Amino acid sequence: MAPAHRPYRLGRLGALMERESVFSWLMLTPPVLFLLAFLGYPFFYGVYLSFYRREVASVASFVGLGNFVTLSNDPIFWQAVRNTIIFTGVATVLKASGGLAMALVMNQNFRMKAVTRAMLLLPFIVPTVLSTVAWQWILDPGMGLFNRLLVVSGLANPGPSWLGTPTMAMISIIMVNTWRGLPFFGISILAGLQTIPVDLHESATIDGAGTWGRFRYVTLPSLLPVIFIVTVFSIVITFFDFQLVYVLTGGGPANSTHLMATYAYSLSMGAGQLGLGSAVALSMVPVLGLLLVGLTLYVRKD
Amino acid sequence: MVGELTWRKRILGLWLPLVAFVVVALFPFTWMAATSLKTNAELYDPKAMPLAIKHPSLVHYIDLLTETNFLIWVANTMLVAVIATGISLLLGSMLAYPLARMRFRGGALLAIAVAVTYLIPQTLLFVPMSDLIGRMRLGNTLTAVMLTYPTLLVPFIAWLLMGYFKTVPKELEEQAMIDGASRWRAMTRIILPLCAPGFLSAGIFAFTLSQNEFLYALLFLSKSSVRTVPIGVVGELIRGDAFYWGQLMAGALLGSIPVALIYSFFVKYYVAGLTAGAVKG
Repeated sequence: MAPAHRPYRLGRLGALMERESVFSWLMLTPPVLFLLAFLGYPFFYGVYLSFYRREVASVASFVGLGNFVTLSNDPIFWQAVRNTIIFTGVATVLKASGGLAMALVMNQNFRMKAVTRAMLLLPFIVPTVLSTVAWQWILDPGMGLFNRLLVVSGLANPGPSWLGTPTMAMISIIMVNTWRGLPFFGISILAGLQTIPVDLHESATIDGAGTWGRFRYVTLPSLLPVIFIVTVFSIVITFFDFQLVYVLTGGGPANSTHLMATYAYSLSMGAGQLGLGSAVALSMVPVLGLLLVGLTLYVRKD
Repeated sequence: MVGELTWRKRILGLWLPLVAFVVVALFPFTWMAATSLKTNAELYDPKAMPLAIKHPSLVHYIDLLTETNFLIWVANTMLVAVIATGISLLLGSMLAYPLARMRFRGGALLAIAVAVTYLIPQTLLFVPMSDLIGRMRLGNTLTAVMLTYPTLLVPFIAWLLMGYFKTVPKELEEQAMIDGASRWRAMTRIILPLCAPGFLSAGIFAFTLSQNEFLYALLFLSKSSVRTVPIGVVGELIRGDAFYWGQLMAGALLGSIPVALIYSFFVKYYVAGLTAGAVKG
């Protein structure tokens, strides 16, 4: 309970400041105004744009749901929706299972653990564009590392065109995203593992549980909340991923790897159709919502 | 017998997978380094072993530093990241403190609104944002990104700091106020110092994210002298369809080093920030 009497030496203004609501709103006003101006205003303007036909350097005209009708007849849009769901879904499953494996391996005692943890996190902290450019060179069909190693070892000659066919290109962008995001899962789950009390494992052992039993009935249930939150985070980040595809494939070959984010960008900036581009971006919100609801239902079912 | 068994278990359960994880995490960096240190003749020789370097040469680094604005890009990136992080920490804590520790009307609603901003696609914002930046005549200035990055960072920082602010017991503040401190003094002298690790975590996170940002920098910074590293490398080292892989890899490696260095000093706080929400929540 807050004390009823304030020290008398505070002036009336000072006394007003002591009230929680006054103090709070004085603190909150600057950040809230900032966010309204630079986040709220662009957001509503973006929503507004998606109901208008607006081409670069021309007057906007209201088309109602016209942009969304155009999109519903656009095969590239549906391809982008499909790609975004596949990309987010597959990459998240790979990152979560790989991250769990990484955490279980790291949760043992060995020397130089801190250094190893730092090294394993590197893919996650270096600027995405820079590591993606390196991956572009690794996947280069002629002189890239993968195909050179395949040729030298005699496994394939010539190696596959990693970014040249629709299927391979999708596999490649999922692979690179997984490489970058896996440590985030690994290190977060490791932190979760370290909070599981040892005596839980001990009592399970006394009850006759083996390694698998302990993992299935002690470790995994204790980790579920951590895995759930990290997965939600990762889904949101992966879903909005732009730079990876922009740099690695540019949406190609033949628009086959466009994500909704890169397609929105290419409609707005490439084709100059700002209204249509905004409509694609706005459509991302319900798709992401569906993915997150799906995840929650799946977890509930367990 | 027993020793042999544990050893086999140790190799299969620890060393083998551990080495695999480390190799997968690090080989792209090895490839960057190997590429950047070879001359073009060796680089494009199909018979040479890809990861071995026969005649190491710094020619790509020299070209990168003398023929491009790379050092300017590094300086720009640092400046932008420091200022955007500073603004975001200030605004983020002003948002987080009342939301975490005070009871007032509209608080819960505001907390939800801040969380929901995560779900707004940046691709919906960028056209209006360009418009806004254009009207403020900030195109091709670093101010443009210093102002827009905090929109991506403030909600995240506020969320992270709220976790830290909540851990300080309310009694500490009440005791200080009974002793005659004002609410403001209780905050600046008692609560905030106790949350220093939170500020460090949030700061490092914001700094890494600022260095990583791509879309706004791509849109607002088209002049070479105001570019950041990611935009400079993609925009100027890839010329048309020609890839100068030696220079590109030198740039990618040099561009990664500042972040990697800062992070390796503060890795403890970085991991704390990474896992704060996941473990506590």
